[in-house]
Amino acid sequence: MERSKLQELSQIAAKIRLGIIESTHAAQSGHPGGSLSIADILAYLYFEEMTVYPEDPKNPDRDRFVLSKGHTAPGLYSALAIKGFFTFEELSTLRQIDSRLQGHPDMKGIPGVDMTTGSLGLGISAACGMALAAKLDKKDYRVYTILGDGESEEGQVWEASMFANHYKLDNLCVIIDYNKLQIDGPVADVIGPAPFESKLEAFGYNVITIDGHNFDEIESAFKAAKACKGKPTAIVANTVKGKGVSFMENKVNWHGSAPKDPDYLAAVTEIKASM
Amino acid sequence: MAEKIATREAYGKALVEFADKYDYVVLDADLAEATKTIYFAKAHPERFFDCGIAEGNMISTAAGLAAAGKTAFASSFAMFAAGRAFEQVRNNVGYPHLNVKIGATHAGITVGEDGATHQCLEDIALMRTIPGMTVINPSDAVEARAAVEAAIQTYGPFYMRFGRAAVEVINDSPDYRFEIGKGVLLRDGADVTIVATGIMVSMALEAAEALAKEGIDARVINIHTIKPVDKDIIIKAAKETGAIVSAEEHNIIGGLGSAVAEVLCESCPVPMLRVGVEDRFGKSGKVPPLLEEYGLTAENIANKARAALKMK
Repeated sequence: MERSKLQELSQIAAKIRLGIIESTHAAQSGHPGGSLSIADILAYLYFEEMTVYPEDPKNPDRDRFVLSKGHTAPGLYSALAIKGFFTFEELSTLRQIDSRLQGHPDMKGIPGVDMTTGSLGLGISAACGMALAAKLDKKDYRVYTILGDGESEEGQVWEASMFANHYKLDNLCVIIDYNKLQIDGPVADVIGPAPFESKLEAFGYNVITIDGHNFDEIESAFKAAKACKGKPTAIVANTVKGKGVSFMENKVNWHGSAPKDPDYLAAVTEIKASM
Repeated sequence: MAEKIATREAYGKALVEFADKYDYVVLDADLAEATKTIYFAKAHPERFFDCGIAEGNMISTAAGLAAAGKTAFASSFAMFAAGRAFEQVRNNVGYPHLNVKIGATHAGITVGEDGATHQCLEDIALMRTIPGMTVINPSDAVEARAAVEAAIQTYGPFYMRFGRAAVEVINDSPDYRFEIGKGVLLRDGADVTIVATGIMVSMALEAAEALAKEGIDARVINIHTIKPVDKDIIIKAAKETGAIVSAEEHNIIGGLGSAVAEVLCESCPVPMLRVGVEDRFGKSGKVPPLLEEYGLTAENIANKARAALKMK
C-alpha cells in the first residue's frame, strides 16, 4: 500500500478511535474495547473498500455492512460520522434518551446502518439474506459483516455459514474480530471456539488470516475475498481488544465499561498524539 | 357435508397462485412437504430457498432479504417459527419492522399424533406481544388464501397461523371479503356473543345452532386478525349482547381470549368466559378425541355460553 494511503487510513482509524472514546465517555456506558479492536478494519471498509452514499444512504446499489457484533456500535457510528452520514458531534448523544444513536445499531433510525443488530449470531444470517438478494436481483454489491470471536459460540453463526456455503454466496465477506477476550474472560477459557481456520474451512469458506491492525494485510485480504468465486470468504482478523489506547489493550474490563474523566483524558491525549 | 381443506394446503396453493402477480421469495426449514411450500418450490425453484433445519437462521436470513428490498415468506411449524425463532422474529423482523411474512403451519392441538412437542399453543401470545406484528389466524381455506394476498399487499411483519388438519370451508359466500383487522359477523344474535378464531369458528356456528334450539340467540364473530384486534366489533357485541365467550385452539392464556378480555376490561366490562386449552400441554392422539379431551368442541362453547348468560 502506498505510504500516503496508509497514512490517510491510519488517521481515519485514529479518528474512529477518538469517536469511540468521545461517545462512550459522553454516554458513560457502551463497549469501547471491541470497538477499538475493529477500528482499522472499519476505516478500510468505509474509506477504501465499500461503495456507500452518505447523501443517499439507502441507495439500492450500495455495498452493505452488518455489524453482527452489534454492541461495538460506537465503532460503527464513529466510522459513519466520519464518512458523513451524520456529524461527529452527534456521537456524543450516544445512548441518550432522545438520540438516534441507540446502544445497538438500529437500521430504522440511523442513516448508514444497514441492519439492526445487537443480539449475537443474528447479523451474519441477515448478511446472508442480503447477499442472496443481490444474487436474485443480479446486482454486484457486496455484503460485509463483522463478528466477534466470542459471538462464534452462538450456534446460529454456523447455521448461517452452512447457508452461505450452500448458496455459494461469494459476495459475502465475514470478518471475525479475533481479539481473544469476551465478557467472562479469555475466549479460550470461556468455551474456546478456536481453531477458527479449520472450522471455517470445514464450513466451506475461503479462509484468510490477517493481522487486523495491518492495512497491507487488510487490503490484500479484501482483494482476495473479492477475487474468490463460488464460495464466501471468512477473514480471521487477529486483533487487540482496546487497540490504540494502551491502558485498555488486552484488558477484559474495557469490554463494556466507559472511561471516566481521567481515563478519558488519557485516552484522548494518546490517540491525538498518534494522529 | 361441505368440502374440507387444511389451511396449510390453502397457504401452499396461494403462494403458487400469486407468484406471477407479486414478487416474493419463499424460505422453508426442511418442512416444505408439510408446510406445503413444496408447491411453490416446484413451480418456482429459483425463488425458493431451503434453509435446512435451522429456523433461527431462516428468520434472520428472511430479514436480510427484506432489508435488501425483498418480500420474504418464511415457513416452518408454529412451534419452531414462533417458539424456537422467537428472538429472531422479535429482533430481526419486528424491531426493524421488516417485510417478512411468517407462514406458520401445524399450529395448535390438531397436529395430532406428533404430540406435545409439536403442538404449539403459545404462538399467538408470543407473536402479539411484538410491536407492529400483524397476527392472522384464518378459519378456513378461503380465508387463508385471502390472508396470504393481504399480507403480500401490506408492508410489514406478518405472522400467519395455519393448521395441519382439514377443516370445513365456511367462508363460501360469493360476497366474502377479507380485511386485515376487521372481525366478521357470521351470525347475529342478542343474548350472548361467541368470538372465535381459526378452527373454532365453525364450532362456534355449531354451538349457536344448538343454543338456538333452546331459545338462546347467540351472535358469532370470526376474529381472523388477532392483532390488530377489531375493538369495535367486540365492544358493540358486549354492549348489545352483554356476555362474551371466546374460543381458540391455543392456551387460554395470552391468545384471543386475552385479547378480547383486554378490550372488554378497558372499554366495556361484561361477563366473559374463555374456551381454549386450559394451560396444559398437548399430547398424542387422533384429532377428534384430542379436541374432545381438551374441550375444543361446539358442546363446550355452548356450555360456556349458557354459563356466561347466567353471569349477566
